[in-house]
Amino acid sequence: MLDADFFRRWMTTAAASVGREAERLTALDSAIGDADHGSNLRRGFTAVATALEKETPNTPGGVLILAGRQLISTVGGASGPLYGTLLRRAGKALGDAAEVGEEELAAALRAGVEGVMALGGAAPGDKTMIDALIPAVDALGTGFAAARAAAEEGAAATIPLRARKGRASYLGERSIGHQDPGATSSALLIAALAETAEATEADGE
Amino acid sequence: MRMLINVPETVVADALRGLAAAHPELNVDVEKRVIVRRDAPVPGQVALVSGGGSGHEPLHGGFVGPGMLAAACPGEIFTSPVPDQMARAAAAVDSGAGVLFIVKNYTGDVLNFDMAAELAEDEGIQVAKVLVDDDVAVTDSLYTAGRRGTGATLFVEKIAGAAAAEGQPLEHVEAVGRRVNDNSRSFGVALSACTTPAKGSPTFDLPDGELELGIGIHGEPGRERRPMMTSGEIADFAVDVILEDLPPRAPVLVLVNGMGATPLLELYGFNAEVQRVLRERGVAVARTLVGNYVTSLDMAGASVTLCQVDEELLRLWDAPVKTPALRWGM
Repeated sequence: MLDADFFRRWMTTAAASVGREAERLTALDSAIGDADHGSNLRRGFTAVATALEKETPNTPGGVLILAGRQLISTVGGASGPLYGTLLRRAGKALGDAAEVGEEELAAALRAGVEGVMALGGAAPGDKTMIDALIPAVDALGTGFAAARAAAEEGAAATIPLRARKGRASYLGERSIGHQDPGATSSALLIAALAETAEATEADGE
Repeated sequence: MRMLINVPETVVADALRGLAAAHPELNVDVEKRVIVRRDAPVPGQVALVSGGGSGHEPLHGGFVGPGMLAAACPGEIFTSPVPDQMARAAAAVDSGAGVLFIVKNYTGDVLNFDMAAELAEDEGIQVAKVLVDDDVAVTDSLYTAGRRGTGATLFVEKIAGAAAAEGQPLEHVEAVGRRVNDNSRSFGVALSACTTPAKGSPTFDLPDGELELGIGIHGEPGRERRPMMTSGEIADFAVDVILEDLPPRAPVLVLVNGMGATPLLELYGFNAEVQRVLRERGVAVARTLVGNYVTSLDMAGASVTLCQVDEELLRLWDAPVKTPALRWGM
C-alpha cells in the first residue's frame, strides 16, 4: 500500500528531476514553443517541495491536492492549470484514505488525465502531455516500470506529430520533427513515480 | 547576449519596481504582481483587468490608468499570470459595477483567466470576458489553438476602457470590446528572433538575409521564412493578408507596432508604405498610431493592425486616456 510519505517522496523526486532536466525541457520548448517550459515547471515544483515541507498532509490525496494547488498558483502558462488539475483531480479521487493501492492510484490518475483533457481540450495524437500520460496510465496496471516505459515511448512518439493544441500549433507543419515538451515533462513525472516505487521496494517495504 | 539586467530571475520584479518609481499614480504590488490605478475602485464604473506574460511592454502595465485598464497582472516572461493575480486585481478594482477581463487568446492565458473568473465570482464579483484573437497568420481551425491575440489588444483595451469611463454597464462594455476585436486583424514579421533572459540566446535561428512572416509575440517562429524583403514589399504583403480576411467596409484605425528592437525611424518609414498600400486598396484611414506597444522583448520587426471603426468606436478611441504609454485629451 502507498501512504502519504510515498506521495511526498514522489513529488520531491519529481521536483529534483524537473530541476535536473529544466534546460532540456526549455530547449525542446524553444524549438516549437516559447522557451520557458523548464523554468516554469522548475519554479512550480520547487514551490511544491517547499509547501510539502511546511504543511505535511497526512493522506495521499492531501499531498496531491496541495501539490496541484501550488502548481496552479506558481507556474502560469498552460502547464500550471493543466498539471495542477492533473494532480488535484487525482488527489480528490483518492479521497481521505490514509493508504491507497496501485489500482486506486491508476484510477485516480486516469481521473486526473480526464480532467486535463476536459480543461485543455486535447485528444490523443494532438502532440501534448496527453500522449505520454494516457499510455502511462494504461500501463500502470502492469507495474510502475511499465508505466515509465510507456510514458517515455509516448513522449518520443510525439516527434512525427503535427501539434494541434497550444502554442506549437501555430507552427503548423513546422511543429513536425520535434518532441513535445509537455509530453516530455509528463514522462518525467511518471519516471519519478517509478523511481519512488523502486526506492520503496529497495527499502524492503 | 548582453542585457541591461541584474540576474534573469529578478527581471520582472525589477521592472515593476521601476514602473512604481516612475508612476506614483499606479499602485504596484511587486510581490503579488498586480498593477492597479491608485484611485480604484472608481464608483459606478466597470473595471477592465488584463494581463499576460511579461516581455510585451508597455502592454499591459503601461495601459493602466483613467480611460483604459483599471489593473494589469504581469506573468513571468512570456508566461501567463496565475489565477490568484487576476482574482486579487478584480477584488481591488471592482466598484460593484463588475469587472471585464481582456484576455489574449493563448491556451495559458485563457485557462488562468477562466480559473480567476471562478475565484472572483465566488467572492460575488460579476465578471465578463473579451477574448482577443486578431492574428491572421494563424488559421483558426480545429487544428490550432485558434488565432493569437496581438496588436488588437491595444485597441480593445483603449476603446472598451473609454466605454467603461463613460459609465456604460458591463454588458455594453463587453459588447464594445467584442466589436473591436471582431473588426480587427493583425499580421507581424520578424527580422530577428528575441532572446529571453532565462535562455540567454535567440529563441530561433534566422540567417542573415531572411525574414519570418506571420510571427507571434512570444519569440515563436512564424509560418514562413523568405528572403529579406523591402519595407514596401512587407507592407504590401501584410496589408493584403489582412484585407483578404477583413474586406474593407469602413475607415480603419492603423497600428504600426514595433516588436522591440526596430528603430522608430524604420517604423515611420514602414508606416508610409502601409498608408500607401491602404490608399491603393481604397481603404480610408481614420487614425494612425506608430510605436512600440505590443512588443516581443528585443525582437526586430513590426506588426500591422487594422481596426474597422464606426462613429461610436472612433469617438471612444478619441476619448481621453491617461496611462504611462498612451495619453491624450487629459
